[in-house]
Amino acid sequence: MAEIILDMRNITKTFPGVKALDNVNLQVEKGEIHALVGENGAGKSTLMNVLSGVYPFGTYSGEIVFEGKKCEFRNVKDSEKVGIAIIHQELALNPFMTIAENIFLCNECARNGIINWDYTRQEARKLMKKVGLTEDPDTLVMDIGIGKQQLVEIAKALSKNVKLLILDEPTAALNDEDSNNLLNLLLELNQEHGITCIIISHKIYEVIRIADKITVIRDGMIVETLKRDVDEFSENRIIKGMVGRELVSRFPERTPNIGEVRFEVKDWVVYDPLDDSRMRINHVSFNVRSGEIVGIAGLMGAGRTELAMSLFGKAYGRKISGTVIKDGKELVLKSVRDAIKEGLAYVTEDRKTAGLILIDNIKRNITLARLDKVSKNLVISEELETIVSEELRQRLNIKASGIYQKTGELSGGNQQKVVLSKWIFAEPDVIFLDEPTRGIDVGSKYEIYSIINKLAEQGKCIVLISSELPEILGICDRIYIMNEGRIVGEMNKAEASQENIMKCILESSR
Amino acid sequence: MEKHRDVFRYNIRQYGMLFALIAIVLIFQILTGGILLRPINVSRLILQNSYILILAVGMMLCILTGGHIDLSVGSVVAMVGASSALFSVRLGLPASLSIFLGLLVGLLAGMWQGFWIAFVKIPPFIVTLAGMLIFNGVNNIILNGQTVLLPKLYITIASDSIPDFFSVNGLHLTTVIIGVVCSVAYLIAQLIIRFSKIRNGYEVNSKQWFMTKTALVVLIINLFAYWLARANGLPYIVILLVVIIAVYSFITNKTVAGRHIYALGGNAKAAELSGINTRKVMFWVYANMGFLAALAGIVFAGRLNSATPTAGQGFELDTIAACFIGGASATGGVGTIIGAIIGGFIMGIMNNGMSIMGISTFWQSIIKGLVTILAVAFDVISKSKAKARY
Repeated sequence: MAEIILDMRNITKTFPGVKALDNVNLQVEKGEIHALVGENGAGKSTLMNVLSGVYPFGTYSGEIVFEGKKCEFRNVKDSEKVGIAIIHQELALNPFMTIAENIFLCNECARNGIINWDYTRQEARKLMKKVGLTEDPDTLVMDIGIGKQQLVEIAKALSKNVKLLILDEPTAALNDEDSNNLLNLLLELNQEHGITCIIISHKIYEVIRIADKITVIRDGMIVETLKRDVDEFSENRIIKGMVGRELVSRFPERTPNIGEVRFEVKDWVVYDPLDDSRMRINHVSFNVRSGEIVGIAGLMGAGRTELAMSLFGKAYGRKISGTVIKDGKELVLKSVRDAIKEGLAYVTEDRKTAGLILIDNIKRNITLARLDKVSKNLVISEELETIVSEELRQRLNIKASGIYQKTGELSGGNQQKVVLSKWIFAEPDVIFLDEPTRGIDVGSKYEIYSIINKLAEQGKCIVLISSELPEILGICDRIYIMNEGRIVGEMNKAEASQENIMKCILESSR
Repeated sequence: MEKHRDVFRYNIRQYGMLFALIAIVLIFQILTGGILLRPINVSRLILQNSYILILAVGMMLCILTGGHIDLSVGSVVAMVGASSALFSVRLGLPASLSIFLGLLVGLLAGMWQGFWIAFVKIPPFIVTLAGMLIFNGVNNIILNGQTVLLPKLYITIASDSIPDFFSVNGLHLTTVIIGVVCSVAYLIAQLIIRFSKIRNGYEVNSKQWFMTKTALVVLIINLFAYWLARANGLPYIVILLVVIIAVYSFITNKTVAGRHIYALGGNAKAAELSGINTRKVMFWVYANMGFLAALAGIVFAGRLNSATPTAGQGFELDTIAACFIGGASATGGVGTIIGAIIGGFIMGIMNNGMSIMGISTFWQSIIKGLVTILAVAFDVISKSKAKARY
């Protein structure tokens, strides 16, 4: 039996209210490519962050043994010292520096603090050759494509004499050709230089192609580890492991009362705001009936948030085209204000940075989107404001000392209820909910589902964006599936299952 | 009761500043041997600081939008002074018209900066740094390095008191009467508001609290009026200041525009996704700053009796310090007009008190710098403590 390079024993990591990792044991043999697969939020990235010291020793329980030695990493630098390097989904390169500078950032070829540039360039060229980069080392990182930037990251890891290389979704942002190159490079590094790899990926077919072992994580626990040539290496087998959880009744009862099509989007196209040659939303059309809850499923980066935000008064994107029809009338939405006026609401994915004003109290947050409703001649009636926000606080059961409490002091669930109150107060007809229950405990989730159901009962159109498939399956009447900026499938509640949705996404990726 | 505690906690920083002001007054009252609070010195203190207070009101709005500052206010003050000389002396226009045109010049300067900040998205620090250079250049071109005497109206606005109709033993009786009238008006207004709230079933503060507060305000108004009456009477500039403070406090507290400014500073992204036109808000905040800087420029020119090329130098720094001492947050979204005024007075009293004591301007500068650091440190520390509790 080969030597075990990494042994993670009984790792448990909790965030406030959530157990992200529950007694995880992971063994990696020297010289293998080990894949971690699982749904969004299953705990893959958390596990790798524990390993690389992003979450320092003491914030989790359990132990890490690397090359036979017990390790207590206080930060990423500590883990790099023993030869563990992690490449995150979002690249950590400085775009205004050259390739050579980036490769040796924080690891400069210097004596007494003075950098030897000739040596730096020479070494950079050697490392670049290893990863297949032929650029001049003095090229700025911003001038090379994302696929090559990924290679620079790997060269950077190699410069630190990496023994264990961790890649978090390395191909998520790459096109097919770049992905293919990257995978070949990983195989080469593995075979020729003996570097052990841990790769996290949503693209199962890639994993099947390169991995020696595949470990499936679900709900913070390891489900199984499959070995090449021992176990069956097929998509069906892996997907079953990923989603094989029983649905318990975590969702309130509801009898849908669905009417005619009330909101319709046709041929919606959006380009990236920073790069207007990159299409982010690719001719998307969908509709929502009154009283209907429509889910949009997809992996992270599929373009769901971008779709919702671009519809919400062009809050995202450039060169937007397409038609939006509500109640038979075509809408012209030039700004967020227009969108609110026409009865649209968008509950953001990230309530802390984009949903709430944390230093303001509950009252001022609730009325912010519709100050016109509590003011006369642009003068706000504090009394009226107090009454309406107090009423909403009671109706949505926001637990706080009162409407004068700052929203930054509330729990996640209660913060989300404030955001919902704000948009209920705006009296919309169409509500986009982007990850409405992210980071919220189970009890509050149930309450938020109840609120959503009530809104649907009033004949509003609800569009639910969620990365949690059970949630989508639990409360939606109809599901659109998005991938890479396109709608790649549509299912009724009856025909939808986690396996079907996953399959639909994976098949469309090819 | 719960609610009162919340409201109190929300305002604790404000009260803290008020206590700091009272403490500084008492300290300098003792250190100057009672000169600080003599009627004539109180009057002088207000006249000397009026233009900084006007600037602080506008600067507070800039800081509220996200901790941004306006470095150009000193140059705008100088440029408007120079324009006044141009309009009233060189072109011979009537003084009132040239004041109006001077305000227009300031407003245009503010709109110019607002355009680059809001629509081209250049950081305010850079735009106003450039503005500082540009407006200072304009000022020097107009004045050509000379000092120009201004018409009487400018001096009246900046330094004179209202005429007295019935003086008694050197006491400016008109001022006392105005004080009484104002306090009665205040009392009636408060009662009307309170009863209409009760009639409509809204919550009101307890009776004792209401009575104590109203009585205190009435007392302060009358004492202040009496004090000024013992000096030269009520200066016009005090009327102007009261109007400015009242109008801008109303805007920030009670209007949609004010709420938009706070929301932008509290979380720009959330504000934008709530339908607030953040560009428009930024534009008007800086345009307004230009307008108030012009007003300060006219007052300052009046105080000096003339337009001089070096007017306004360093005003931006005193103004910004006043706002931060007065409780503005360096990241925006927190601060009040009254806070800016209190901060301005703290700076002014330190200047005045230390000058009376004969402390050199070099030491004055060091002490003012230390006070600014301490005031903000107090804010930062109390905030991080508050965070630790939750």
